[in-house]
Amino acid sequence: MTEELIIAGFGGQGVLSMGKILCYSGIVQGQEVTWMPSYGPEMRGGTANVTVILSDERISSPIVGEFDTAIILNQQSMDKFEKMVKKGGTLIYDSNGITRHPERKDINVYLVDAAEEAAKMDSTKTFNMIVLGGYLKIKPIVKMENVVAGIKKSLPERYHHLVPMNEKAIIRGTEIVKQLQKV
Amino acid sequence: MKELRLMKGNEAIAEAAIRAGVDGYFGYPITPQSEVLEYLMAEQPEKRTGMVVLQAESEVAAINMVYGGAGAGKKVMTSSSSPGISLKQEGITYIAGAELPCLIVNVVRGGPGLGTIQPAQSDYFQSVKGGGHGDYRLIVLAPASVQEMYDFVGLAFELAFKYRNPALILSDGAIGQMMEKVEISDQIPRWTNEEIKKMSPWATTGKTPDRPHNIITSLDLDPHKQEDFNHKLQAKYREIEKNEVRFEEIQTEDAEYLFVAYGTSSRICQKSIQMARAKGIKVGLLRPITLFPFPSARLLELSKQVKGILTVEMSAGQMIEDVKLAVRCSIPVEHYGRMGGIIPSPAEVLTALEQNFL
Repeated sequence: MTEELIIAGFGGQGVLSMGKILCYSGIVQGQEVTWMPSYGPEMRGGTANVTVILSDERISSPIVGEFDTAIILNQQSMDKFEKMVKKGGTLIYDSNGITRHPERKDINVYLVDAAEEAAKMDSTKTFNMIVLGGYLKIKPIVKMENVVAGIKKSLPERYHHLVPMNEKAIIRGTEIVKQLQKV
Repeated sequence: MKELRLMKGNEAIAEAAIRAGVDGYFGYPITPQSEVLEYLMAEQPEKRTGMVVLQAESEVAAINMVYGGAGAGKKVMTSSSSPGISLKQEGITYIAGAELPCLIVNVVRGGPGLGTIQPAQSDYFQSVKGGGHGDYRLIVLAPASVQEMYDFVGLAFELAFKYRNPALILSDGAIGQMMEKVEISDQIPRWTNEEIKKMSPWATTGKTPDRPHNIITSLDLDPHKQEDFNHKLQAKYREIEKNEVRFEEIQTEDAEYLFVAYGTSSRICQKSIQMARAKGIKVGLLRPITLFPFPSARLLELSKQVKGILTVEMSAGQMIEDVKLAVRCSIPVEHYGRMGGIIPSPAEVLTALEQNFL
């Protein structure tokens, strides 16, 4: 199994830490992982993205031209990455702030309205964990127990009391994700 | 089982330095390698091992602190990115001229000049051909993963002390910034003063009545003596070339074509190989791990097997010169690369192979 994934959105949405948690979960599960961020003269509110690869084998290129899955969290990222999903691949997005919805007919499309849900749950900081839950529902590449272990590994101990809240958000994500298009 | 961590390449360099029993790190921040200094500052290794971490006032100051520490027989290092490494060149040639061991890490970004902060491999010539003035060489290691960033710190010091020669880890912004799984090694204790005196009798550890002064210098105004010294250096470099060549081969057994690439480019080529082989194109990869010494002998052997070589570098084509020399221009050697901080995609590399040879 190899999963090549891009997570893309605004800086501050937790895009990079979502990738980090996935990687830690993969390590707990015994997988090989790479986490390749876009780095540059970025600023708060600017775009941020990270390429995450999880594999049972040695990972070749950390930079790939097309993705098994794209998680898209703003319009700029939709414009840039919708076309980079492999044919038959998966696109997951949050419709908040999206003005042009996915147009490709040759990929699976899922909606996870995490921003709305996070507001309802009164915990906007768990936005990225709701998205992660949606993703893991569709692509259960790591087991939930390993994800919880992954969160613990990526958070300093003084924040471990926040783990249950994040776990709850992930579960909520698995519940609200909706399939819009199947190929 | 050893502890596994998810780390950036830059963080791996820093943690590896502490674990390798390094005595001193002297640096100055620059993107994309600032996490080396940041990690060390946050980790406070003076409490773990007594290791000194110091942010110097400039790159020039930092490399001269390395010069001083190395002269005293200590395990010392610095790191920077391309423009900062250029500033350090005077110090590096003095260290090479004084035959001192140390580690320099270059997390390369696009140039020339201040260039860009994105990854590149355009400092190859500077790294393997000298960099500063005079006839000298560095031992140059090219990691292709975060684990190798970690492992090569210890290896670099081992080689540097074995040959009393500065070693360079030539990385790039992609490997510096990306995170991968790292197996953490056990803590090696720092050398005691007694150990240093025994192991490095040339070091300025304080004169005792039983030996003459140890003088650290790269100056000898007598040209005959200076020539003798240069002969000695050259003999050392030949010895390094004989003993220390390291490389990795991927799917070369049946290869009809060959990629030659190091670092990030070699990772991209591995993906290109998968794509090419799915189309029935038999291509393999030779990945130099040491850039000096260069795996010339193995390349010459492979040139008798393959029909053509494509070097893939994030530069205008620098290593290609060494590849052509190695195969004595007996088969076609072409280059594909992107510059200015652009990383080529695996598909682009495959297209370049097809356009050049098929």
